[in-house]
Amino acid sequence: MPDRHQTKSKYTTDRRIPGAFEGETVTRRRFMTASAHTYGGVATMMFVLPSLAFALGPIFEEQDQPWQDVGAADEFDEKSYIPKTITIASGVGEAGKSTVYMRRFDPKIDKEPKDEYNDFIAVSTRCMHLGCPVRYVPAAERFICPCHGGVYNFRGEVDGGPPVRPLDRFYTRVRGGRVEVGPRFSVNREIKRFSPRDPGQALDGIGQYLYPARPSIRKLPNT
Amino acid sequence: MPKLKLPAPPLPDRLNPRPKRPGSTKTKPLAEAGISAIDWVDERTSLSQGARWMMFRKIPKGTNWFYTLGSATLFAFLSQTVTGVFLAMYYRPDAAGGAYESVRYITNEVFLGEFVRGMHKWGSSVMVILIFLHMARTFFFGAYKYPRELNWVIGVALLVLTMAMSFTGYLLPFDQRSYWATIVGVNINGTGPFVGPYLSDFLRAGPEFGATTLARFYAIHMLLIPGILAALIGAHLYLVAKLGTTAPPWIKADDPVQKEEKA
Repeated sequence: MPDRHQTKSKYTTDRRIPGAFEGETVTRRRFMTASAHTYGGVATMMFVLPSLAFALGPIFEEQDQPWQDVGAADEFDEKSYIPKTITIASGVGEAGKSTVYMRRFDPKIDKEPKDEYNDFIAVSTRCMHLGCPVRYVPAAERFICPCHGGVYNFRGEVDGGPPVRPLDRFYTRVRGGRVEVGPRFSVNREIKRFSPRDPGQALDGIGQYLYPARPSIRKLPNT
Repeated sequence: MPKLKLPAPPLPDRLNPRPKRPGSTKTKPLAEAGISAIDWVDERTSLSQGARWMMFRKIPKGTNWFYTLGSATLFAFLSQTVTGVFLAMYYRPDAAGGAYESVRYITNEVFLGEFVRGMHKWGSSVMVILIFLHMARTFFFGAYKYPRELNWVIGVALLVLTMAMSFTGYLLPFDQRSYWATIVGVNINGTGPFVGPYLSDFLRAGPEFGATTLARFYAIHMLLIPGILAALIGAHLYLVAKLGTTAPPWIKADDPVQKEEKA
């Protein structure tokens, strides 16, 4: 017995389908099936795609990081840190606040190039292991994390424990004798500025390629 | 006369109801009414067929208490569902302090609030423990082998989703422990190369833990994952009923040749 599918012509007229016309290859049944599936797919995508974009939107939206006044310029010195509270997320009350440790730039120990944004050094308290809050211990001249034993030196570089890079910093500037703290940036071992990365993401070696910068938070351009 | 006949359990004669005396007209009107109501539904849905298929299955020799771990997990899930639905009646996902206040209110003010919240909180740990016991049973009894591999895969997906439930639920009380545990958990997610940074942005709804993070976790915890969980549990159960359960490994299969020799 010959294979039925082999002998079948692709023209509906040859297959003697009622109502077929010259040159027609797609039967009406197949056409209706395909169009019903297409309409179903389109209708589904009409609510799925906007919903997905709605949920994923914050990944692509750059967050506003306003400059915040933290005190008079003569309040800070080179010798020790002074804790100041800033708001890193608005609308959530206490949960959106964070501490920054402030001091003056000290050319004797700070080897990074001097520019308009580092007259004052503002060190973030976010531990670069997994994000617990570090505190500055003046007697040890070190930042110490309560969670997993991360220790950072006076400049915020890793002294010991699991952290993968030095503590994040914030841009600072002086406006009318007042110090303002601006956007966050991350640093590698040479205190070179990078767009902010989350804790646990290394910036030395291939780290900066494994953990790319995100569109949602950026350092200031050309700094 | 009711058409629906459920299989009778194999009871000893003296426990079975006595047959009707000839000529007796005694009937039980309440039972008749109940059965005819079920009949009405069954005639239109044939649900009893499915129920019989699901419940009256042949099980292998040697089935024992270890085989109840799966249903125990299912009941833990049902308990989480019911307590969770009722907790949602009082909970407010408000990061500016309302969430903590509402949980405090549930615990201290609502009638039986501490109990229901306690069931949900401790029940989550119970469910995770039961899942691992159930998984160990399946592994050691070799019940993951052909033709049940797909059920193992679905089970692993259920395990991962349960872990995601635990992670998202941990934030909801919004105390210091929840907050910092979630910061740490999101940052662990972020250490995945290439996708990690975007994954943590998705979880936080932005680069910082902000106003919508808690609402996002709440929606994932009580709408997104439970739906997927329920659907996958349905598939898991369907496959259990369709494929049947395995005998424990210490049960030898009946060898027809040996049987003949003995006889």
